[in-house]
Amino acid sequence: MLKVAVVRFPGSNCDFDALRAAERVGTHAYLVWHRDTSLQGADVVILPGGFSYGDYLRSGAIARFSPIMQAVQRHAAEGGAVFGICNGFQILCEAHLLPGALVRNAGLTFVSKPVDVVVERTDTVFTSAYAPGTRLRLPVAHGDGRFVAADDTLRMLEAEGRVVLRYEPSSEASPFQPNPNGSANHIAGIANAAGTVVGIMPHPERVADPLLGAPDGLGFFTSLAARQPRDTTLKVPSQ
Amino acid sequence: MSFRVHVRVMPRGGLLDPQGQAVEHALAALGFAEAGGVRIGRAIELDVAAGSRPEAEARVRQMCDKLLANPVTEDYLLEVEEA
Repeated sequence: MLKVAVVRFPGSNCDFDALRAAERVGTHAYLVWHRDTSLQGADVVILPGGFSYGDYLRSGAIARFSPIMQAVQRHAAEGGAVFGICNGFQILCEAHLLPGALVRNAGLTFVSKPVDVVVERTDTVFTSAYAPGTRLRLPVAHGDGRFVAADDTLRMLEAEGRVVLRYEPSSEASPFQPNPNGSANHIAGIANAAGTVVGIMPHPERVADPLLGAPDGLGFFTSLAARQPRDTTLKVPSQ
Repeated sequence: MSFRVHVRVMPRGGLLDPQGQAVEHALAALGFAEAGGVRIGRAIELDVAAGSRPEAEARVRQMCDKLLANPVTEDYLLEVEEA
């Protein structure tokens, strides 16, 4: 059974949503605390949304140095899968597990609303269940979501096809403001070269249950659930 | 020896600074039309125990590179004074 560790930092507030979404697709999901030093053999790590350490200094800047992040760094270096959602994406950039940075929204306001995004790269651990070009309606909720990177980094991301999600760039195709935060190249999410580390600003875990409307975000979790567990001795616990 | 170090962290030139723009517009609305190029960063002050001024500066540069500034989006300036 696939083991999914959801990291809880002081200030995380989407940890249970991520946990439930991971459980929904049949994984063994559990929380780990920021002071923990072990991921307990996790196959997949989720860094959930929230405001870790109060977003002090910069979003994700302090969380990056928490004890559990040293374990996450090792996990990622060994090819382990890591999914950063919103604040988790900010932490991945601060930790240099993904390039670029997420800075204050161009409009200066906190943006909390649905947006339309297009799935561009699908050979990642977290988007393999989608067809390339799939349009999703996902909620965003962030104040620091404007993706920026040096020009050569942006060129590299585009050339290597590492843009995972892009805000629908056409206002005719979407009733919502096309790019809610002023991100470079309308980027809403990126991956590392191997497709094992992915960070996105929208919140798929909030739309992974049909009870809450179209479960556009569920595919991120069915994608990760298809990953092969490293420890095949772990069986489904009997209820 | 102890040194008081003043760190000024500023958004990198060329990076859109919406806070600076908003404040510039507010200044213009208040009649300060001569103000331009407003940019907003943050100031950090700290005491550093070190054997010499260059040593204190070198240590704070390491702190900036690791934590106090984000090299992707920010530049920093240091001023070191004997405490």
